Amino acid sequence: MLAISDLRVEVDGKQILNGLDLEVCPGEIHAIMGPNGSGKSTLANVIAGRDGYDVKGGSIFYMGNNLLDLLPEERARQGIFLAFQYPVEIPGVANIYLLKEAINAIRSSKEEKELDAIDFLSLVRDKLKLLDMKEEFLYRSVNQGFSGGEKKRNEIFQMAMLEPTLAILDETDSGLDIDALKVVSDGVNALRAADRSIILVTHYQRLLNYIVPDYVHVLANGQVIRSGDHSLAAELEESGYSWIGGGGEGKSLGASVG
Amino acid sequence: MVDSSEQIAEEVGKYLSQHQEVASTLPAAGISWVDAHREAASKRFEQLGFPTTRDEQWKYTNVRSIARHAFDLSLNPVDVNPSVINKLTIPNLDAHRLVFTDGIFSPLLSQISDLPKGVTIISLAALLRSDPSRLENKFGEVVGEPINGFNAMNSAFILDGAFIEIESGVKLEKPIELLYVSASTNEQALALPRNIVVLRKQSSATLCERYISVTHSQSLTSSVSEVYIEDNGILHIDRVNEENDKSFNIGALFANVGRNARLKSNSITLGGRLVRNDIVVRLSEDGAETQLDGLYVVNDRQHVDNNTQVLHDHPRTTSREHYKGILSGKARAVFRGHISVKPEAQGADAVQKNNNLLLSPEAEVDTMPQLEIYADDVKCAHGATVGQLEEEAIFYMRSRGIGYAETRQLLTHAFAAEILENLGQSSIKDYIENRINHMMGLS
Amino acid sequence: MDTFETQIDGFVGREYKEGFVTDIDSETLPPGLNADVIAILSKKKNEPGFMLDWRMDAYERWMKMETPRWAHVNYPPINYQAISYYSAPRSQADGPKSLDEVDPKLLETYDKLGIPLEEQKMLSGVAVDAVFDSVSVATTFKKELAEAGVIFCSFSEALQKYPELVRTYLGTVVPLGDNFYAALNSAVFSDGSFVYVPKGVRCPMELSTYFRINATNTGQFERTLIVADEDSYVSYLEGCTAPMRDENQLHAAVVELVALKNSEIKYSTVQNWYPGDSEGRGGIYNFVTKRGACRGDNAKISWTQVETGSAITWKYPSVLLEGNKTVGEFYSVALTNHHQQADTGTKMVHIGKDTSSTIISKGISAGQGQNAYRGLVKVLKGADNARNYSQCDSLLMSDRCGAHTFPYLEVKNQTATIEHEATTSKIGEDQLFYCRQRGLSEEDAVSLIVNGFCKAVFKELPMEFAVEAQKLLSISLEGSVG
Repeated sequence: MLAISDLRVEVDGKQILNGLDLEVCPGEIHAIMGPNGSGKSTLANVIAGRDGYDVKGGSIFYMGNNLLDLLPEERARQGIFLAFQYPVEIPGVANIYLLKEAINAIRSSKEEKELDAIDFLSLVRDKLKLLDMKEEFLYRSVNQGFSGGEKKRNEIFQMAMLEPTLAILDETDSGLDIDALKVVSDGVNALRAADRSIILVTHYQRLLNYIVPDYVHVLANGQVIRSGDHSLAAELEESGYSWIGGGGEGKSLGASVG
Repeated sequence: MVDSSEQIAEEVGKYLSQHQEVASTLPAAGISWVDAHREAASKRFEQLGFPTTRDEQWKYTNVRSIARHAFDLSLNPVDVNPSVINKLTIPNLDAHRLVFTDGIFSPLLSQISDLPKGVTIISLAALLRSDPSRLENKFGEVVGEPINGFNAMNSAFILDGAFIEIESGVKLEKPIELLYVSASTNEQALALPRNIVVLRKQSSATLCERYISVTHSQSLTSSVSEVYIEDNGILHIDRVNEENDKSFNIGALFANVGRNARLKSNSITLGGRLVRNDIVVRLSEDGAETQLDGLYVVNDRQHVDNNTQVLHDHPRTTSREHYKGILSGKARAVFRGHISVKPEAQGADAVQKNNNLLLSPEAEVDTMPQLEIYADDVKCAHGATVGQLEEEAIFYMRSRGIGYAETRQLLTHAFAAEILENLGQSSIKDYIENRINHMMGLS
Repeated sequence: MDTFETQIDGFVGREYKEGFVTDIDSETLPPGLNADVIAILSKKKNEPGFMLDWRMDAYERWMKMETPRWAHVNYPPINYQAISYYSAPRSQADGPKSLDEVDPKLLETYDKLGIPLEEQKMLSGVAVDAVFDSVSVATTFKKELAEAGVIFCSFSEALQKYPELVRTYLGTVVPLGDNFYAALNSAVFSDGSFVYVPKGVRCPMELSTYFRINATNTGQFERTLIVADEDSYVSYLEGCTAPMRDENQLHAAVVELVALKNSEIKYSTVQNWYPGDSEGRGGIYNFVTKRGACRGDNAKISWTQVETGSAITWKYPSVLLEGNKTVGEFYSVALTNHHQQADTGTKMVHIGKDTSSTIISKGISAGQGQNAYRGLVKVLKGADNARNYSQCDSLLMSDRCGAHTFPYLEVKNQTATIEHEATTSKIGEDQLFYCRQRGLSEEDAVSLIVNGFCKAVFKELPMEFAVEAQKLLSISLEGSVG
């Protein structure tokens, strides 16, 4: 479903991804782990099509099409969903309004009929339950005044509503207490499906106790340096990232010595 | 009500005729570019006259009481006993000190010694006589033509003041104190100080400009300071007005701030009958920065007008501005802060605040924070408030057993403290704090 | 699939949909302004004598006045002798008639604008006074309003039927020599709306005037006077459009509101005069004086405006807070795109005790538009415990537009609490990306974010208007991204 090969990306003239390869098949959950600055969030943003990420080489194919040719909204309409690490606040725009616009934009791109108000509302209520959210939540401005946990929960709620084919969860666990983490994880697990793939971008192994991935990849210096199954995460938990000899810190240390 | 051209002619005429009388004796008279500059300014003064309240920039500050008078320009220093001056200096301020009496440099009262290499501190008149070429292209460069009659009057004479130049890379540790003393017992002395400050690349300096009176006479000071800060230079100016309650003080500071250079200014107004501070800062290169702070604590019939303009002419320039005022008696304060961002100044970042405390029923505030923005990638904000001490804070303190009067004084002091924190020297900060406490009856 | 660029191209080519011309036989006075023109105008309208004297007085004053220059707008001098000061559809020259007598072409015009005047199609709950060029052509729901005791009619009709009411209040809020454009309006105003809500009456429906400029080379100078007597309430809406023409047309209106003790007037405007084309050709010069007086204790006046049209907008809906415990509000959205210029804001004058005012202004600049907020909050000496809160935000949508904020706060009373805040920033790229990641097109994302930015103002509009305003904003913004 998603095939990334030899991806090279610069941000502000600095190389962040350095020949990254990744293949994700339908129904799989992949965890991308790595130390700060290894390029995890860059990967998430490049897949979603954010500006300011300069693709210098390599390719991303999604369901057989060149993803890099598409605008962010076109990617979204084809089923790519990014749960943001820092969900932005949009004052004055009610949560429910954004959702309705988004769902209808996606539906009309597939030449499906727009959802009528009743169907929409009953769908919304279902999904609210999934994330244990109150209805008043819908009428608040997008992310405005939300706590860190509420923001993350809202991201997963949106994911539940938009039913993506490929969901990328960028550090969704950061800033969550244990109860919130459980709610969010339960939400994600409920959304596991044979035709839905998920990429979990995370620094910590903690999340993977709740959402068990099929594969774990370790990212360093913009490359996947190790891949394995769930047990790799446990290994990382034991040893941390220090074993990555060529890591960002190590390199700069070498430079300062030289 | 409308002033006719005759009226302007009459008000301005007395100074123009004095100008003609003394023109040939002014420092550097006979040097063509100096003459030309004075001549052009005198013509401009004749055109402009004194500002009126119909002029948007002077809408809330009426200077008729100045225009009506005939002030006498002092050409020579006044004899003041050094012990008088010593008593009035800021305790513990170890500075290179230049003292001016009614705008004229007094070598006797000044202390400039042990200047580090690469530092020039000299009276402007002396430099005009000895080496005028160092001043070429230093008059009126920041803003071009004088912006009002007072500036023009100053430029028509260019009599004396301070010239300061810090060479590249030199960091002057000891502050420079410019002490302007209204000294004449003659009512209605006129002083026209003109200062030029040049900071070459990577240099830094701290300036303390103070205006005081040693008599109870009325005086008018109309000063112009021109400041050039080259790349990576850092200049800090503290300006303190403590003149007597009859004095008029109209000051203008024009600054040109270069690449990654920084100007910090702090205007403290405690004294004077009518004080007007114009500050125009041009952020003229990439990364230039300015921080303009001010505090006015005024009483009785004092009138203070702070008029600032920050010109974001280049990308990634930053300005921070915060003026606070405490008004008692029948005092009146005016604040106008104008921030303009040119189309090419992408990445400009400007914040401006003005807060006022009204402590008496007769006090009055007029405030105008203004933004004029022609670029899109900017972050600009301003805010202004006028009010009293917070009831809740007062109640809180009283509930902790502090008396009402003391609570008010403490909260007022706290209000001022935010600005005082930013003064360049702790000795100046301590001094001003004491002065304000004294004014508020705190100590 | 369309690329983003071609979508934008499609939008830029979009026309101002109200820009059509109605082909109707009009009676139009030749261009020019002098005492005779005013006399003819007054005679045509069969006005009482006091009205002509008043007009002449205003004209005398206007002659001695100069065009105001302080606003942050640029335009060539206006030749006041090249404007025609009166134009009326010939079939309507005698003033409003019953609806079945209204010229079908006019009905059709308003139909096209979405303001049906025929009985069976009328907007429910909204009484409309339709002003076409210089005259009122129809007023709906007259009977229902009369039952409630509310007077809602054209200004001309009011002069015939209620001259004393008009005389009592006309010019008491905006004096005839108040400013250049108000003086001009006082001399030559042709028609407008008059509202009187009697004591204790809550007006049973929204009142609305729809202004339409049709004729070429004419100015529109209407006058609106709304009086809310003690303990009454009225909500009034104003809409306006004009055909697309290459030359600029002048609209210089005056609106006066009088709110007596315990009454409330809510005045909403959705201004969509022709803004000129994308090159800045044509468009309406909208120079308007709007002011209300809270004349009795506890009175409240609330102005809400959505300004998307006009080549130049110059207006400052103001409130004189004369009575004790009076309340003034100003909610504004002003959008300038292409070459539009707006200098708009408000004046809140605190005179009585315990008065309060709120100012919420949202400026949006796109294209090469220039948008200035100018506001005055004035607390007079006797105005104990005055409160004001102002929030003025500007959103920048292009690197060639301008956003300016010029507040004036004048405080002469120690017990006042005055607070002003303003911000100016670019539309958030993070917000745009977030919305696009959820599947919205860039245009829709911009529209969504801008509507969110304006929400605090839109929520003050009556429901139907709020929907209209959001649509209008989206249309006006089309082609502004990229």
